Amino acid sequence: MSWFAMPAALSFAERFKRNFVEADRWMQLVDGLKITLWVSLLAVLLGIVLGVLLALMRLSRFKPLSFLAGMYIDIVRGTPVVVQLMIFYFVLLGPHTSLDKVYIGAIAFGCNSGAYVAEIVRAGILSVDHGQMEAGRSLGMTQVMTMRYVILPQAFKNILPALGNELIVLIKETSVLGYIGVVDLARAGEQIRARTLDAFMPLLAVALIYYVMVKLLSYLLQLLERRLRESDRR
Amino acid sequence: MIAVEGLRKSFGKLEVLCGIDERIETGEKVVVIGPSGSGKSTFLRCLNLLETPDEGKIFLDDIEITSPQCDINAIRRRMGMTFQHFNLFPHLTVRDNMTLAPVKLKLMSKEEAAETAQTLLDRVGLLDKADEFPSRLSGGQKQRIAIVRSLMMKPDVMLFDEPTSALDPEMVGEVLDVMKQLAKEGMTMVVVTHEMGFAREVGDRLLFMDEGTIVEQGPPAEVLSNPREARTQDFLNKVL
Repeated sequence: MSWFAMPAALSFAERFKRNFVEADRWMQLVDGLKITLWVSLLAVLLGIVLGVLLALMRLSRFKPLSFLAGMYIDIVRGTPVVVQLMIFYFVLLGPHTSLDKVYIGAIAFGCNSGAYVAEIVRAGILSVDHGQMEAGRSLGMTQVMTMRYVILPQAFKNILPALGNELIVLIKETSVLGYIGVVDLARAGEQIRARTLDAFMPLLAVALIYYVMVKLLSYLLQLLERRLRESDRR
Repeated sequence: MIAVEGLRKSFGKLEVLCGIDERIETGEKVVVIGPSGSGKSTFLRCLNLLETPDEGKIFLDDIEITSPQCDINAIRRRMGMTFQHFNLFPHLTVRDNMTLAPVKLKLMSKEEAAETAQTLLDRVGLLDKADEFPSRLSGGQKQRIAIVRSLMMKPDVMLFDEPTSALDPEMVGEVLDVMKQLAKEGMTMVVVTHEMGFAREVGDRLLFMDEGTIVEQGPPAEVLSNPREARTQDFLNKVL
């Protein structure tokens, strides 16, 4: 009998108790979940701000701006997020700042997400009929105002499903935060496994929590989408 | 008054406007007709710089709007424009469509703008649509809203780019009625259209354009009944 299969001899209830109840281990999962949510929230906010900015740069008629944004997007999309995370922690930010690694993680994921959001937003802006910009401009509004009050709201509605998908991907991707020593949900599960020598129960719990989070999020996005579609009713 | 001098515009290799000189007086109603691809829409769109001319000058009163120092946004507030496809903002209610520009440009307070919108909607008989979204309106209603949306800016000139071309036939009348009313109030109007009846009734002057030039012009009744140029005759034979 190999050692990691040993706890399997115990009943399900006993294993549950041992993995989650004893020593209040479930609190580790709760704390990890908080970190996961916090990092995801910060990253998604940063990602959207950065993404809109990059998309506007990309669509700019001023070529150097467009080129710069294109290069950024290309590099970020061409490398794994784990590597980017470690570069931010071990090279760019960690050695030079006293920033908490939770925030370094949030910045890394935000910068990563920004590249993907940029492409989504760009497609969204292009999906809005050109006549909308002309109508706004013909009323004497500046290009920036028309973008802000006419184009972006419509673009946002069009891209909401894609944006929601990006958010879901982002939440799950933060599960590699353990690489820089941040104890997120996934890493909390790992720590329980290391103590109880039971792989199945903590992993099952972690998977279940991610799943419920994603489900809940999809539901909320659906509600938001329906509300935004109000103006389409005929 | 709008003055156009030596206006030229090309899209790639295609020359769409080949040197146009024109003068539109205050209060004048000018109707522009011509086959598709004749440059009539481009001409109209150059007047408020939705298209940037390659060459030539355009003046609104004494201001050269083609000059780089000119604040084109301020000029556009004085020149309303109506499009073939209405271009209402679909995410905003009718009222918000109308009040967006004047409020955001700080020309009116929110209440003031809402009040003005109310008055204008009443004038075109669409007061009950103020809180509807554009998707719930018919084409004719959309175009009437688009016209009063431009009027919110209290423009000196109105430009119409084929305002009835995208409408079902039974809705053309209601839009033309609004335009006629506007004409009666003395608005300076430049109208690109295929509505010859409207041209005859409302136009002070008819321009016939073909291949980027103004081929012929004169009082609408005269040009429509006795065209001098062969190309004008040819075109009118096809459309009348």
